[in-house]
Amino acid sequence: MTLLAMQRSVIGVLILCSVWICSQALYEDQVGVWDWHQQYIGKVKHAVFQTQGSGRKRVIVATDENAIASLNLRTGEVYWRRVLGNSESIDALDLVSGKYVVSLSNEGSSVRAWHLPDGALVWESLLQPSPGPAASLLVLPIDINHDRSNDLLVFSGSMLFAVSSVDGNIIWKSDLQATRKDLVIKKLSLSSEGLLTGVGFSETSGLVTVDIDTRFGEVSKVTPVGVSKALDTAELILINNVAVALDSDLTTVVTALIKTDQDVKVVETPLADLFSGHVRNSQILQTNLEGAFALRVNDKVLVVKVDSSTGQLSVQEVLEGSVVLSDSLHVVDDKHGVAILQAAEEKSSSGKFSLRVVYADSWDTFAVKESVTLDSHRGSVKKVFLNAYLRTDRSYGFRALVVYEDHSLSLLQQGEIVWTREDGLASIIDTWTSELPLEKDRHAVAEVEHDLADWLKGHWLKLKATLLLASPEELAAVQALRLRSSDKNKMFRDHNGFRKLIIVLTKAGKVLALHTGDGRIVWSLLVPGLRSQSDLATTPLRLLPWQVPHRHALDENPIVLVVGRSDGGHAGTGILSWVDVYQGTELRSLKLNFPVKLVVPLPITDASEEQLHLFIDNEHNAHIFPATEESLALFLEHKANVFFYIVDKEKGKIVGYRIKHMVDNFSRRESDGHVFHTEPVWSIVFPSDSEVISSVVSKDPNEAVHTQSKVLSSRDVLYKYLNKNTIFVATVTPKAAQHIGDATPEEAGLVAYLIDTVTGRVLHRVTHPSVQGPVHAVFNENWVVYHYFNLKTYRHEMSVMEIYDQNRVGDKGVVQLMLGKHNATSPVSSYSLPSVEVKSQSYFFTFSVKAMTVTSTARGITGKHILVGTVGDQLLALDKRFVDPRRTLSPSQEEREEGIIPLTDAIPIFPQSYLTHVHQVEGLRGVLTVPARLESTSLVFAYGLDLFYTRTAPSRIYDSLTEDFSYSLLLITIVALVIAIVVTWILSERKELSEKWK
Amino acid sequence: MSCWGGGEKLCARHDSGSRSRETGMDRSSGRGGSAGRKWAIELCDATPSSSVRDVPDPLGYSRTSLELEESTPGKAKKEIDANFKQAKAWETAQAPFKNLFMIGFMMWMAGNTVHLFSIGITFSALWQPISALQAVNKTFEPFKDARTDTLLPKLVFIAFNFVGLGLGLWKLNSLGLLPTHASDWVSTLAPPPSVEFSGGGIPLF
Repeated sequence: MTLLAMQRSVIGVLILCSVWICSQALYEDQVGVWDWHQQYIGKVKHAVFQTQGSGRKRVIVATDENAIASLNLRTGEVYWRRVLGNSESIDALDLVSGKYVVSLSNEGSSVRAWHLPDGALVWESLLQPSPGPAASLLVLPIDINHDRSNDLLVFSGSMLFAVSSVDGNIIWKSDLQATRKDLVIKKLSLSSEGLLTGVGFSETSGLVTVDIDTRFGEVSKVTPVGVSKALDTAELILINNVAVALDSDLTTVVTALIKTDQDVKVVETPLADLFSGHVRNSQILQTNLEGAFALRVNDKVLVVKVDSSTGQLSVQEVLEGSVVLSDSLHVVDDKHGVAILQAAEEKSSSGKFSLRVVYADSWDTFAVKESVTLDSHRGSVKKVFLNAYLRTDRSYGFRALVVYEDHSLSLLQQGEIVWTREDGLASIIDTWTSELPLEKDRHAVAEVEHDLADWLKGHWLKLKATLLLASPEELAAVQALRLRSSDKNKMFRDHNGFRKLIIVLTKAGKVLALHTGDGRIVWSLLVPGLRSQSDLATTPLRLLPWQVPHRHALDENPIVLVVGRSDGGHAGTGILSWVDVYQGTELRSLKLNFPVKLVVPLPITDASEEQLHLFIDNEHNAHIFPATEESLALFLEHKANVFFYIVDKEKGKIVGYRIKHMVDNFSRRESDGHVFHTEPVWSIVFPSDSEVISSVVSKDPNEAVHTQSKVLSSRDVLYKYLNKNTIFVATVTPKAAQHIGDATPEEAGLVAYLIDTVTGRVLHRVTHPSVQGPVHAVFNENWVVYHYFNLKTYRHEMSVMEIYDQNRVGDKGVVQLMLGKHNATSPVSSYSLPSVEVKSQSYFFTFSVKAMTVTSTARGITGKHILVGTVGDQLLALDKRFVDPRRTLSPSQEEREEGIIPLTDAIPIFPQSYLTHVHQVEGLRGVLTVPARLESTSLVFAYGLDLFYTRTAPSRIYDSLTEDFSYSLLLITIVALVIAIVVTWILSERKELSEKWK
Repeated sequence: MSCWGGGEKLCARHDSGSRSRETGMDRSSGRGGSAGRKWAIELCDATPSSSVRDVPDPLGYSRTSLELEESTPGKAKKEIDANFKQAKAWETAQAPFKNLFMIGFMMWMAGNTVHLFSIGITFSALWQPISALQAVNKTFEPFKDARTDTLLPKLVFIAFNFVGLGLGLWKLNSLGLLPTHASDWVSTLAPPPSVEFSGGGIPLF
């Protein structure tokens, strides 16, 4: 009976909820009105063209973001795209019999065939490779298993697999290390007689060749090659049965002629013979040229031709400066084309390049020589892929696919850029949003008049649509008007704060500004200060707001700070670069003298509204920037109250530091800032045998909180514990830190901590047995919601902790509060003894989670939605009321009125609450939420491989009229009413007059 | 056609204007009496004294007693009047008391949740006594003269209205609209700032 009643009530609540959620959902015609979605693929590393035949011309690419995509060769748009898992780096890509794309990924352990037209997975084969050199894929020109299609050879580590291209079955496998353990086979080649030869190194004899039987995969012969010098085992090139390697001093090129029936002939050519001048560092480049190889000596690239009969070397060309070679492409007969892309002028940013296509066999004859102007803001060219096509006059034309320094992709044809894709946006590492400039002068009159006709027409159409009088064509016109509403794309601030600039920093060190209206790129800048100089690589790390003008918003521009690191590794020193947000230019850059371990933006701004930043180096000294006297004075004022903490995940330790006195013996250079000593004041060490830090989440320092109290339906008050210096730390048992299934329920466990980062005090600690990571958490106001996996129930769970302060206002009477005699708004120190009460509750949750965040609004009055990036790469808006620890099975009438939902074991997921609706944000990594100026609305930007932007109103839009509100209808109604009043008044007057005359 | 003139006596009036314009008749009747009339001829003598002589009194009708009563000396008449006024004043003073039950019943019906009906009831329950208190002198104006004592009824009237006001306030409180709890005073308190600042996290390398 009670069960039935409960069921009924639950069903009732669900219906209620669904009705309520439905009202939040998007209508079909609202798709794309204020949201946008962009698809990217990432930095291309392999490309194969499919231009033969009558089908659509396309290029298949594999990228650093583990995506395989088929692009339209004419427009660059994505036909299809498949994204492999995070760890599945793609090693090779090729086409088989013009029907399938075969990819080799995950260090040569999985081979997949994709259907070329639509990207459907045809077959998948998992191999067990042994660790070794990079995996490679070879499409054999022969059919091993007689299934009328040529087969594949996968070479990974020391294992060689022959794989059927029809169904992915392994025909044979062979361990090349079976006979000799020290054998490292680098390259394989198939001779025209169908004989497979492997060339590699062995510890004892240097160069080794191996003959392999293609039919059964047996190693028939291992031939050591006597080389007088020890060889450098980094790179080995095999050209037409000639193996080329450098000796261990990197001064001599060793070539070995491998003939099946003869002895191997070894030729040693000192580099000095090929290159006049002192040889400092030399390196064989990973290229695949026909009959030649490329060698980098000092800063020059030598193209060296190998005579396959004598093993003699001859330098074909010396290329200087930044130059990129493509692999050679078989054009016709025995002609092989190679594309050489070279900057026309050294050290100039004109973007002029010369593209040459030469025939590798003769090298002197140019097939194409043209000068192309590439976008100079994209930096240098990193890779070129060449493709040939037959012109109408039977001659050959060439297209080149170019990968730039900023990871964008262009197709060149006849000296022109056909299309460009901004694929650097697939690897965003940090984001920030900026307000747009204020509108300085109003519209010119002419502009308004020009718009007036359109405006009237638009409103007339809208009115017709509202009154259900519009024809389907007119409805379509209305929808088109809404979609390309010029209002949302303007380049200045709007009243509601919907128009903003999203500033993103990509892995390539590029900063881009996207307009929230339509997602277009307003400007982009390959940060000059962060560009790799010669051999010194740089890594971009963070993007931070530096100066956000409020007082002089009209004539000052916001500035962002880009933090990078030069020459990777622990000793790499920091690089700072300041970028103007409206102009998109680098204002200045600074090479720091110390590595940046941590950047802490302080909540202090100086007179010019520059925010003070604390940079922590590897010796835990604190450097204050900007390095001005004013900032120093400001900082000294607040020094006693500034702390920082460092989380050491490996050692399982969190250490809190305070700032001590200034370092005296430092020369006051700008690149050091103001340097202060620090000292550790507290540390928390987690027992390494039972706890590993899984996630550390702090509060957003800029979050807006409306009130410190929560009023219950019984008119009692709960005071939220809102100390901003609180962090949430989740630790799991070491076994449970990795993959689900590694630990048994008894071995797994999660401990959640709330820690004050000023004093190191553990405010709360709770353990969840039989639970394992990864833990995703979000910390907002006074609550934490965290997500983990329960091994006992084998389901994901979500827990909530709400923290309430027990010693805030205390037993103050109403009269005292009325008179303002309370200390509720006086500043609170972490050193005062806190007394917190934590309410918590757990629920089942259907999905595993990729990212988690919470909506933010301008004043924090509006309710909250937790935004969950689901495993399906969608963004789910989950009402905070579903994760409320005050939920009970049967809430009282008052509690219901307060908005408490009856407790259920699982959090319901409504299909309407997906913010991404039909889209997927492939490879979702992060979600940024920004408040709009309109209190009800929060702007949401999700990024991964794709970008998605929308805006959401967690408590629905209560402070403005909806988009589809018909102002014209309102206006017309008012006008009609006024007219009616006037007319009836006139009529009544007239009638009365005639009355009087009677 | 409507008949003009009053009383038990039939009297034919010839109104040439009303005969010709029926609609005009209605309009002039709206304005009342003969004010709209330009002229009239009384064809019969309308004075009662003249009719007394002509027509005999009906059976049982004593004209003398009536005339006697009408012509009662002024003092006695005033006595009756004062008593009447006093009674009326008390009646007026007690009117809010009767009203209380009605308001109470309405409040009970409205329930303790805040919605349009309960708000309306509550505010009318508050407004009625307040407006009555404001107009207390005006209410007792007609009964006021040298011999009628209006002070006591006034006090009673005021007391009852205060009870009504109290009832309204009690209802307001039970609806939760009176700031009598701590929660009413702290609900918009801004969060307290922290003295210290701490930042940090997982290092960049």
